Amino acid sequence: MPRVVFLQPTGESQTVDVAVGSSLMTAAVKHGVEGIIGECGGVCMCATCHIYVREDFVDKLPPIMDTEEAVLEVTNAERLPNSRLSCQIKMTEALDGLTVTIPPSQR
Amino acid sequence: MAAGCVIVGAGQAGFEAAAALRAEGYQEPIALIGDEPHLPYQRPPLSKGFILDKQGMDEIELRPSQFFTDHRIDLVTGERVAAIDRAAKRVSLSSGASRPYDALVLACGARNRQLPVDGAALDNVLYLRTLDESRAVKERLRDASDIVVVGGGFIGLEIAASARSLGKSVTVLEAQARLMPRVVAPLVSAFYDTLHTARGVTVVCSAAVAGIGGERGRAQSVRLANGASYPADLVVVGIGVVPNVELARDAGLAIGNGIVVDDCLQTGDPAIFAIGDCADHPNPYAGARVRLESVQNAADQGRAAAAAIAGRHAPYNAVPWFWTDQFDIRLQMAGLSQGYDEAVTRGNPEAQKFSVFYFRQARLIAVDSINRPADHIVARRLLASRAPVTPEQAADETVNLKSLSVP
Repeated sequence: MPRVVFLQPTGESQTVDVAVGSSLMTAAVKHGVEGIIGECGGVCMCATCHIYVREDFVDKLPPIMDTEEAVLEVTNAERLPNSRLSCQIKMTEALDGLTVTIPPSQR
Repeated sequence: MAAGCVIVGAGQAGFEAAAALRAEGYQEPIALIGDEPHLPYQRPPLSKGFILDKQGMDEIELRPSQFFTDHRIDLVTGERVAAIDRAAKRVSLSSGASRPYDALVLACGARNRQLPVDGAALDNVLYLRTLDESRAVKERLRDASDIVVVGGGFIGLEIAASARSLGKSVTVLEAQARLMPRVVAPLVSAFYDTLHTARGVTVVCSAAVAGIGGERGRAQSVRLANGASYPADLVVVGIGVVPNVELARDAGLAIGNGIVVDDCLQTGDPAIFAIGDCADHPNPYAGARVRLESVQNAADQGRAAAAAIAGRHAPYNAVPWFWTDQFDIRLQMAGLSQGYDEAVTRGNPEAQKFSVFYFRQARLIAVDSINRPADHIVARRLLASRAPVTPEQAADETVNLKSLSVP
């Protein structure tokens, strides 16, 4: 199973197996990754699954659609060029090793 | 040892209160008691993604069981709280056990309003609120061909869209003159009428259901007061909910349109709070007391009550927001539009991308957005900051609404 590394703002890291087709948000919540909330259940409404994607993976991700773009406007922590919503990233084999940092706050 | 906090109801609100108490640093015991046999789960997918098999159990559970262990939340499932003894600060459970509390949170939710007509108890007349009810609808949908949905609100229309997506013949019967009459403007109702009709759903408004006819315990048709009759081998009823206030009422707490609480979700008893679907609360966006049925309200009230119990004053004043997904169309609502006196449209309804801005006495009170996610997000900001927006500005696509929000 491909793996994703979640880095806390403190630098602490947690590696999680993510089933292909599952969203990063769902996997993070399931594995108890602190700081990923996903209050709306992954439908791009709540901006509580914000992550920063490590630069070398940014271009490997699916493009940001209108709805995600709108929600990224209201993230609690600063939006950066590598900001994404983890509910909108579905796992693929090609994303094995994906490394993301959790922002200091989600709401 | 301190008795800690007992939370009655393990839905979205109860779950959030429990999680938020720990996040607040609350160290005392927490019991989260739910009458369903499942881990706390999300309800919104039950009428859409879950029914269509696009989302499985693992995606709708709010947290895995390990979460509750890790956070020292004593999750008790399949258990009902039968009574509250306020003098002794104890709740008794239907199993006969009892538990003490220092703080009690009533997150009792609501139950389906029952259709009061002959035939409503037939075997293939279903309701949809719980996971088990959703599973039953999903199961019955497989072999059904003629589905009649009673109720043209969010739930009814989501079920209709799901059933239609599965290729079923679907009829929606709405008692009022238009769809979703309690929550959206006539223009939005008309849009949804056209949408459902275009996708092959038969939409009948002003439909007074008089009875359900059947044989051998099974419904075969739904009859209206005007004599019309619609064949059905599955009837799904979505005509609203009734808040679960009995536990609070029996304990002598004040009841209005729900359990009466103040802006910190506290009842008349300082040790008892009520949150979510069952809470009749003062809402600054309504300018009145209201009871809201939404994920946003449940979660934000759960957090506000947790803050109060943890000794932090954090009144509930979040902007209400809601959403409904029907077919490939998303309606997002911000604010509360009840009592509006003017509504203007931004964007193009024909292109299936537009927003309706609602005003009361020239003040923006709500925005409904159809496939316009950016408008919705901006609307939440405009409402939260009480930004002065005129109807003219809202209707003018050359005006950048974001620039109007007060930081």
